[in-house]
Amino acid sequence: MADLKENASQTAGPYVHIGCMPQTAGLKRRNMSALLGEVMVSDDTDAITLDIAVLDGDGVPIKDGLIEIWQAAPDGSYAPSKDFAHWGRQVTDMETGQARFTTVKPGAAKGQAPHILIWIAARGINLALTSRIYFPDEDNKLDPIFRAAEARAATLIAAQTKTGYAHTIHLQGPKETVFFDV
Amino acid sequence: MTDTPFLPRDLDWHPPALHHDYRSSRLRAPQQKLLHIPQTETELTGPTFGQGDLGPLDDDLILNYAANGQSAQGPRIIVHGKLLDENGRAVPNKLIEVWQANAGGRYRHVNDGYLAPLDDNFGGCGRCLSGADGRYSFRTILPGPYPWPNGANDWRPAHIHFSVFGDGFAQRLITQMYFEGDPHIKLCPIVQSIPDDTAINRLVARLDMDATVPMDIRAYRFDIVLRGRQATVFENQMEGT
Ligand SMILES: [Fe+3]
Repeated sequence: MADLKENASQTAGPYVHIGCMPQTAGLKRRNMSALLGEVMVSDDTDAITLDIAVLDGDGVPIKDGLIEIWQAAPDGSYAPSKDFAHWGRQVTDMETGQARFTTVKPGAAKGQAPHILIWIAARGINLALTSRIYFPDEDNKLDPIFRAAEARAATLIAAQTKTGYAHTIHLQGPKETVFFDV
Repeated sequence: MTDTPFLPRDLDWHPPALHHDYRSSRLRAPQQKLLHIPQTETELTGPTFGQGDLGPLDDDLILNYAANGQSAQGPRIIVHGKLLDENGRAVPNKLIEVWQANAGGRYRHVNDGYLAPLDDNFGGCGRCLSGADGRYSFRTILPGPYPWPNGANDWRPAHIHFSVFGDGFAQRLITQMYFEGDPHIKLCPIVQSIPDDTAINRLVARLDMDATVPMDIRAYRFDIVLRGRQATVFENQMEGT
């Protein structure tokens, strides 16, 4: 029955910041309460940085996107915790295109390698894109979803940095990131 | 690994990644097919929110950016409806975030330079939670249509952007709501990127005189449907409760 089909998706457009991260759009005087998703960890001790850039078909970083991540805690669990939010969101910086998350490295969930779900909404993206980030220092080959990406699986692996990891999403081209239909 | 408790997404119902008339999609549409994977705990779970996350004026865009004693300019409206899944069940306690242009079609955004004026009393940002029965509601002003750089003369129909959270990340959805009778709906490449007219029609809110408050504010009704659950899982849940 068409009446009970999911609403069709529409692009988040260039002004997604206003609704999801209003401080980045320059909204200051708003009588609204706390921002949601900006802070993931309550204590920085074991925190890592996760730097993400999203490149378009010309290799140019998109500067008007919204990125959300969702991941297990270091023990591999998604159980609610006061210390760790599991969920975070950042915009791709309007000058540099970089998004930086401060998070913790996830542990392995049952039968899978440690990974982070990444979800990208932006102008020009009609249905928000879902992918995964895996780690270069883990045995990813045991992970069935990583393996399903076959020859393109390398596009899912982040690079190590001094303070954590960096990951580049390619929307198009020979290095196009694997996006999932889940 | 868990099996697939959410119904598969009908990708032919959603707009394709590349819609040539929507210029921004040309360099941003992935060229490979989405890789279908089974749902695991990662996709079946997601963030949860409560009333404690929201302020008292979050669901009132008429007042939430206004100076004391003032209010946003434009026709006052209530937007309300039900958050449901494809099984027809209410989806309670979910965060719904909205953003929109002001009555003149201008966004309060550092990158919007449209010549319509900003309204000092309007931010265009709001949010609410669906109730136990899935109902949600917010107050705002009717947004104006605005021109955008795409074709030679493209104007967006009046619209409100929606970001919706579900029970799991697989249900996460961003969409837009349009207004009954707007002639720009047929002309807009973003709307028309949706292949099926029935699907477009579902994004069009209807004037709702029953919820309209006389001498105060008109109402528009907009139901939001998220992906449903596989029937077997539904039955198990019924037995478990
Ligand atoms: Fe818009």
